[in-house]
Amino acid sequence: MRRLLAVLLENEAGALSRVIGLFAQRNYNIESLTVAPTEDPTLSRLTLLTEGDDEKIEQVTKHLNRLIEVVKVNDLTDGAHIERELMLIKIRAEGNGHREEIYRTCRIFRGDVVDVTPDSYTVQLTGPTKKLYAFMRAIGETSILEVVRTGVSGIGRGDKILEL
Amino acid sequence: MTEMLSGGEILIRALQDEGVEHIFGYPGGAALHIYDALFKQQRVEHILVRHEQAATHMADGYARATGNPGVVLVTSGPGATNAITGIATAYMDSIPMIVISAQVPHDVIGTDAFQETDMIGISRPIVKHSFIVRSASEIPWLVKQAFYISTTGRPGPIVIDVPKDTTDPNELFEYSYPKSVSLRSYKPALKGHTGQIRKAAVAMLKAKRPVIYAGGGVVQGGAEEELVKVARLTGFPITNTLMGLGSFPGDDPQFLGMLGMHGTYESNNAMHHSDLIIAVGARFDDRVTNNPVKFCPGATIIHIDVDPASISKVIPADIPIVGPAKPVLTELHAALEAELEKHPIDQSSLDEWWRRIQLWRDEHGLDHDQRSRKSESGQLLPQQVIQAVYRETNGDAFVTSDVGQHQMFAAQYYRFSKGRQWINSGGLGTMGFGLPAAMGVQFAVPDATVVCITGEGSFMMNMQELSTCMQYALPIKVVNLNNQALGMVKQWQDMQYGGRYSHSTYSDALPDFEQLIESFGHCSFTARSIDELDAVVEEAFSPALKDKLVFINAYVDPDEHVYPMFVRGGSLEDMVLSKGSA
Repeated sequence: MRRLLAVLLENEAGALSRVIGLFAQRNYNIESLTVAPTEDPTLSRLTLLTEGDDEKIEQVTKHLNRLIEVVKVNDLTDGAHIERELMLIKIRAEGNGHREEIYRTCRIFRGDVVDVTPDSYTVQLTGPTKKLYAFMRAIGETSILEVVRTGVSGIGRGDKILEL
Repeated sequence: MTEMLSGGEILIRALQDEGVEHIFGYPGGAALHIYDALFKQQRVEHILVRHEQAATHMADGYARATGNPGVVLVTSGPGATNAITGIATAYMDSIPMIVISAQVPHDVIGTDAFQETDMIGISRPIVKHSFIVRSASEIPWLVKQAFYISTTGRPGPIVIDVPKDTTDPNELFEYSYPKSVSLRSYKPALKGHTGQIRKAAVAMLKAKRPVIYAGGGVVQGGAEEELVKVARLTGFPITNTLMGLGSFPGDDPQFLGMLGMHGTYESNNAMHHSDLIIAVGARFDDRVTNNPVKFCPGATIIHIDVDPASISKVIPADIPIVGPAKPVLTELHAALEAELEKHPIDQSSLDEWWRRIQLWRDEHGLDHDQRSRKSESGQLLPQQVIQAVYRETNGDAFVTSDVGQHQMFAAQYYRFSKGRQWINSGGLGTMGFGLPAAMGVQFAVPDATVVCITGEGSFMMNMQELSTCMQYALPIKVVNLNNQALGMVKQWQDMQYGGRYSHSTYSDALPDFEQLIESFGHCSFTARSIDELDAVVEEAFSPALKDKLVFINAYVDPDEHVYPMFVRGGSLEDMVLSKGSA
């Protein structure tokens, strides 16, 4: 089962390596990982996408909590939540017809063209992972030159917040 | 007036303020500022070892004997890497330890400088936490945190990596030691959940075939008395893990002996047929459960542990209780007393349960007097040696061991009566642990009788410390069960590999132990028969040799196996009981 964990972590050198080390050491899987400081500069927030049944996720959560620098762990997939990922994608766009087609598709997906050359567009697209895949399918493999994705960030819906 | 100290002095001063009396260490380039600070003071005694691994085992033995963290000081690079095995040993057995590793100066970190190694990176998976010092001014706070984290919750080793520039004698800082520590990200449980404890008490009083399964958490948590009280109140049978031995009196009829791979017939059977297991400070290690799928099929599991991550890790717990053993058992005892008024113990079921256990015990229990037993070859038996040492020390010594057959024989036949009396590397299984651990114990408890039960294979892994023993006049009694082979490896090769002794023998390449020991200024005896053994053991522990390190080289039957032994992949009741019975 796909799980999205939100982790508040002391914003200290070496803290992230302990989280990653734990996953390697205990044979847990990391699908994607995003991390950056929060509004409180002493805290970083991680969003970690992993895979596992309830028992496994319980163990992952417990072991994360055991790390001294981990302040809080929350399984976002337990409740309603929002997931977003940002993708920068460089697309071959040659000849008027093709360029227009790419641009139209981009607008349908609410992407922004952030860089242009005579032969390519670089598009910025935000959304749930599924939407990014859908866009890539719509563009077609042969037109995609380069893809970079941030990995998933997530936040709970409603008034509930992850705090100390 | 504020004191101005250098980083090296601040470090030593902080250790003093933490109450540290002994540091086990070895100097080297990056550590020299710290060593100079050590030289200028008397409050902390530094013990110079011969190898950093031994320093960590000494600190470990010291910690296991006292409950206070052992402190290690090593230099960067090889000093740090040599400490790794000892740190991992302490980590696996949840032993509080502070390892101070010197590091190359900040400005050359990352340049592959001489004796540089990424100690924080290398030690990461085997420490409870680690720190790297950025400035001398933060040393007091880091030391304070290190001791707090190491000794609370589930204890464990902490590494403090100290770049040489932060200990510069020419840079002075104001010194003050923090009085208290609180970390927003680290809040270990201080007591158990009252509702869960009551639930456990009710389940216990309904049980028909209960077993208390107590491990190292009881010893580390200083909860032996509370454990005995719960056991006495209920009259339930009790078994110990390898790490828990001594938490309940070993010669008490209520005690079933150790459980697990080489546990007693009665304790493994009682576990397997139990309807309620009360696990306290134990973690369902694979050497205890055998095949987890077949583990105790009819049992409800109460699991008390200070580390939530240990609960339901291997065996799902029905009634989990997160908390330190001592307050949880105290509260459990009170809850049992309160519940007893409403639900008396099912005494007839319990009596019937004890009758079954007694049958198992009569059938295949351990024989605690094997003096008259003869081996096929007529040679001394390892069990006889342990039993002779047990008698001679009145069961009262601190006993350390290495890893292998001798360790299991010691665990089975030296019937420990107190927590902290039995000191061995249970989780990591570190050969070479026994002698330095005994040294650490002797430093902690100078007047105690400290015995290291070892085998010649393990002993040779850290025997350089005989020199340290000479330097500090440590009167350890080393009992070497010499079977001229890697006994446990050989036993497995006998049982599972058709007797093909692949690289487990070296009988024609062993040293003359008598000469070896005497060359370090110690005393050595050899025993080949039961009569020789009696005489040698008596002399070794005699008042005349009270202040000497004595090495007993007991030649034992190399073909003797440790039994019972698990049948691989089986349940707890599947045991091999003797050669040829599999």
